[in-house]
Amino acid sequence: MAKILVKERNVVVPGQELADGMDYLPSEGAFREGEKIFSSKLGLFNLDGRLIKVIPLGGKYIPKKNDTVIGRVTDVSPKIWRIDIGWAFDVVVPLREGSRDFIPNDADLTKYYDIGDLVVAKIINVLSPKIVDASMKLPGCRKLGVGRVIKVESSRVPRIIGKQGSMITLIKDATGCNITVGQNGLIWISGEDSKKERLAEEAIRKIEAEAHSEGLTDKINNFLKESK
Amino acid sequence: MKKYIKAILDKKDRLDGRTFDEFRKPITISNEVSNKAEGSARVKIGDTEVIAGIKVDVGTPYPDSQNRGNLITNVELLPVASSKFLPGPPGPQAVELSRIVDRGIRESGMLDFEKLCIREGELVYNIIVDIYPINDAGNLIDASAFAAVAALKNAVLPKLVDDKVQFGEFTKTKVPLKIIPITCTVYKIGEHLVVDLNKDEEEAIDARLSIAVSESGNVHAMQKGGIVGFSIDEVDKAIGMAKKCVEKLRKQLK
Repeated sequence: MAKILVKERNVVVPGQELADGMDYLPSEGAFREGEKIFSSKLGLFNLDGRLIKVIPLGGKYIPKKNDTVIGRVTDVSPKIWRIDIGWAFDVVVPLREGSRDFIPNDADLTKYYDIGDLVVAKIINVLSPKIVDASMKLPGCRKLGVGRVIKVESSRVPRIIGKQGSMITLIKDATGCNITVGQNGLIWISGEDSKKERLAEEAIRKIEAEAHSEGLTDKINNFLKESK
Repeated sequence: MKKYIKAILDKKDRLDGRTFDEFRKPITISNEVSNKAEGSARVKIGDTEVIAGIKVDVGTPYPDSQNRGNLITNVELLPVASSKFLPGPPGPQAVELSRIVDRGIRESGMLDFEKLCIREGELVYNIIVDIYPINDAGNLIDASAFAAVAALKNAVLPKLVDDKVQFGEFTKTKVPLKIIPITCTVYKIGEHLVVDLNKDEEEAIDARLSIAVSESGNVHAMQKGGIVGFSIDEVDKAIGMAKKCVEKLRKQLK
C-alpha cells in the first residue's frame, strides 16, 4: 500500500524518505530507489496528483527547456552568440535562431546583439549541462534597452510573477514601469522615473524575502499604496 | 547597466536613492573578532564586510631606518567575498588595495615608528596588518582602510621574554599612535563625483581618488586609479566631499 510520509509544503532535506510504494512518481528534486521515493534537494515538499516534487529553497538556476531567461551577451563569433544567464556555462544562440528577420550568412552579428547587450531569450534545448541552446526567434525575445537589472533567487521567480502574472501586473500597474522577469532570476525594470523603479525593486525584494508567507498579494498591494 | 547608471546620476539620483556624498547604512564596527591577534576589527558598510587583524612581531630594523619599527600591510581577496576573486597569488587588485591602505597609514604618520624601536639597530616591532574582505558589495577600499585603522586603534603590544614574542600573551601597552587618518574614496562616473558605490555602480566607474584625512582635516595621502583624469576643480571638490564623509565615519569610530 502506497503512502506519503511528509505533509504538504513541509521542509525536506536531501535523502529524506518522501513516499513508499509504486503509486507515486518522482519528479523534480526527488528520485526513486527500490519502492521508495527520496528527496534530492533541500526544499518544500509538493504533491501534484501522483507527482512528487521538491521545490528548492535556493540555489543556482538550472536551465530548463522552454524557460524565458534574461542574459548578457559575452561573446560574438561568426555564427553564434554566447549569452551569460547565470549558469555555469554560457548559453549558445545559433545564427538561424538569432532573429525573426532573415540574417544573411556573412552578416556582422554585432549589429544585431553586441557584447554587453542584455537580451531576453528562450531556452530550446538542453542536451547536457555544457550544451544549452537558446532562441531569439520566439515571441517576447528581444534586446533590452537601458534599465535597471536586479538579481533574485531563481526559486522565488514563480512567486514574483504570481498566478497568471497577478503579482507582477500589480507592481507594473502601481509603478508604471516596464518589468521583464527571467526564469533565471534576473529582472529588468525600466520606468520614466528612478523613484518608481526603486519602488518596484523594493516591492520585488519584499516578495523575495517573504515568499513563503501567505496572503502576499494583499501585503504587496498595501505596501505599494502606502509608498505612493 | 553602465549607461543606465550614468543616466540616473544625470538626474541627481542614485540606484538606491542616496545623495552623492552619503555612505550606506548601517556602518558597524566590532573589535571582538580574534582573541589571538593583538588587534582586530570587523567593519560593515552596508553589505560590504571586511575583517582586519593586527599581529605584532619583533625583528631587526632595515639598514636605512635603524631606530624605526616596520609596517607590513597585506590584503587577501578571498573567493568567499565575490565570484570574481580566485584563490592563488594576489593579483593587481589585491596589491593596489593593500598599497592604498598602507599609504593611508604610513604617509599620515599614524604609527609612531620611533616608539616601536626596542633597541636601536638591533630590535624593533613589526606591525603586520592583515585584511580579509568577507563580502564585496562595493567600495572595498574604504571598508578595508577603515577596518585597518579600527584594528590598529585597539591593538596592544605583545609580551616579550628574552626578545621573543609570547604567543597569545599581551601587555596593556597600546600600539603608539599619533593621529587617526580615515580614507574616503571619491569615484568619478561621467562628470559626477560620488562616494561609497555599491556593486552595480562600481561597473560604471571612470576614475577614483582615495583620500586619507586626519582629525585636523589635513589631507595625508592620495591615490588615483582608473584611466580618466581629474581636473583641479574636481580634485578640490573631491577633497571637500572626502572631508565631509570622513567626519561622519569618525563618529562611528570610538
